[in-house]
Amino acid sequence: MQITPRDIWNISPHLVVAALGLIILLIDAIWPRISKRQLANLALLGLIGAGALQARFWPRGQVTPVLGGMIVPDGYTAFFNLVLLVGAGISLLLSTDYLEWDGSAHGEYHALVLFTAFGGMVMAAAGHLIVVFLGLEILSISLYILAGYQRERRESQEAALKYFLLGAFASAFFLYGMALVYGYAGSLDLHAIARAAGAGQGAAANQLLLTGIGLLLVGFGFKVAVVPFHIWTPDVYEGAPTSATAFMSVVAKAAGFAAFVRVFALAFPGADLRHQVGAVVASIAMLTMVVGNTAAVLQTNIKRLLAYSSIAHAGYILVGVVAVLRNPAAPAEGVSAVLFYTLAYTFMNLGAFAVVLALRRRGEELLNIEEYAGLGFRYPWLGALMALFMLSLAGMPPTAGFFAKLYLIRAALSPLVGMWWLVITLALTSVVSFYYYIRVVTVMYMRPAVEGEQAPQASAGPHLGTGLALAALGTILLGLIPAGILQAAQQIAEGLVELGGMALR
Amino acid sequence: MLNPYIPVLILMAVAVAVAAGMSVATSLIARIFRLRRPNPIKSQPYECGMTPIGGARVRFSVKFYLVAMLFILFDVEAIFLYPWAVVHRHLGWLGLVEMGLFIGILAAGYLYLWKRGAFEWD
Repeated sequence: MQITPRDIWNISPHLVVAALGLIILLIDAIWPRISKRQLANLALLGLIGAGALQARFWPRGQVTPVLGGMIVPDGYTAFFNLVLLVGAGISLLLSTDYLEWDGSAHGEYHALVLFTAFGGMVMAAAGHLIVVFLGLEILSISLYILAGYQRERRESQEAALKYFLLGAFASAFFLYGMALVYGYAGSLDLHAIARAAGAGQGAAANQLLLTGIGLLLVGFGFKVAVVPFHIWTPDVYEGAPTSATAFMSVVAKAAGFAAFVRVFALAFPGADLRHQVGAVVASIAMLTMVVGNTAAVLQTNIKRLLAYSSIAHAGYILVGVVAVLRNPAAPAEGVSAVLFYTLAYTFMNLGAFAVVLALRRRGEELLNIEEYAGLGFRYPWLGALMALFMLSLAGMPPTAGFFAKLYLIRAALSPLVGMWWLVITLALTSVVSFYYYIRVVTVMYMRPAVEGEQAPQASAGPHLGTGLALAALGTILLGLIPAGILQAAQQIAEGLVELGGMALR
Repeated sequence: MLNPYIPVLILMAVAVAVAAGMSVATSLIARIFRLRRPNPIKSQPYECGMTPIGGARVRFSVKFYLVAMLFILFDVEAIFLYPWAVVHRHLGWLGLVEMGLFIGILAAGYLYLWKRGAFEWD
């Protein structure tokens, strides 16, 4: 294999993020007294730099794979890399104040955030299952450490251990799936798998291949937290430091879906096979939406509520995946809906966590939803922003969440998909989700505020303020003028589908 | 489909049979011919010929865990140098640069551990 300067240039965003993570680790080790705020700023600068390098590939990247087919620097990669960079950047902005308040501001946090983002970017760019696995492990191992970052808190330790044990198990499932797919196709390159699975007429009835695909589904399903692989999510989200929860909820999900959609859109082209796999994914999507939304209704802790809400959103995105699998005429529609949803979810979920990160009461985090009483009048800005993010997560019209859901429904409603019951489930469970999202808003605005020492305090430094503003801006702009991003997403999706078609010729 | 593996399987069965047969045979033969003169020194744990001091169930410091972990880490990484050394002529400059990067990342980890005090006992 040859590596040309062009290859290096094509993966430059990845390299910048990884190198910066190492540099920050070393700077913090050599000069331990350096201000952690400076380190966060350096990390942010690097993320912006990587984003600028990545923007060159927007919206149409280079279709030919580099590094021997391992990495595909196409528009799809560019989109998800930018989503991951934005997610990591806003998370870093949100975490500096929180970590200082918590007394656990160490340089390792910033390095781990960068390593996680790097792992996610590798997953998004992977054209080969080994590279998917490599990225998955880089992402996961960094997240295990971040979950246990507050090592003196028992809940944090518990979260890390649970996440690690179950995550290692899920990785094993994924690896076994890879092995079985290799046994069928004789290669782990996505295009080679596609050629093998497309040429053989019996692909849809081949038990080796189907078992392999099923195991891959388990591995991906665990990472993006869909039912029945979701048990870890509420505990880990609750136990991990809130800033890390915010980060993992968006970045792990975006990276997981990036690889998920690419693998399932490219590697298994046969119509029969896709029909079958689509049916399985559809039932998982339905379970996820129902369980996630009904369990969220019962939650009193805002972090657990957002955990179940993230499960429900993973279910919504799966509807888009079903549309990719079951619509042979226009799979690009499903892909673009997933792209748009991931971006919208990144902004609105980070925004909701930003508000949680800003609130305190008597030196504790404000996590009980009942304690949000009267916040809307005490802190009008914060209250209004929380209401905005909650309404967006629920999918109210002038926000990003509404259009994201609309495009998903439009993609899934095509008669070729033939899954009207899935769309009905999406709509009905969304109605259920209104209950728990709006409850946060009503508690903030319609309950009398608590006075005196018990009253919650808000503190938003410049970093957190910027992060909050960026998340709000993204949520509003995607809701008001979705056309630009949607068009780009469609172009990117068509690029991905074309890539799949080229591989078969 | 599995045909090529059948000779391997037979070889494995023969190896297991030979190993099991020899160990059973030697212990049986020894049982017939050996002398029986037990004494307390023979039943002591072997400590390179020294008289044992204290019991065998000593508690080890948890710090050994870190030492062992770091040893495994760097030891396994060093193993990767050997296959490279075998084919480095074939890989040329690209291989050299990649190995440099690999060792560089390893050195960064080493420097990090050193500065964080992972090699100090107290």
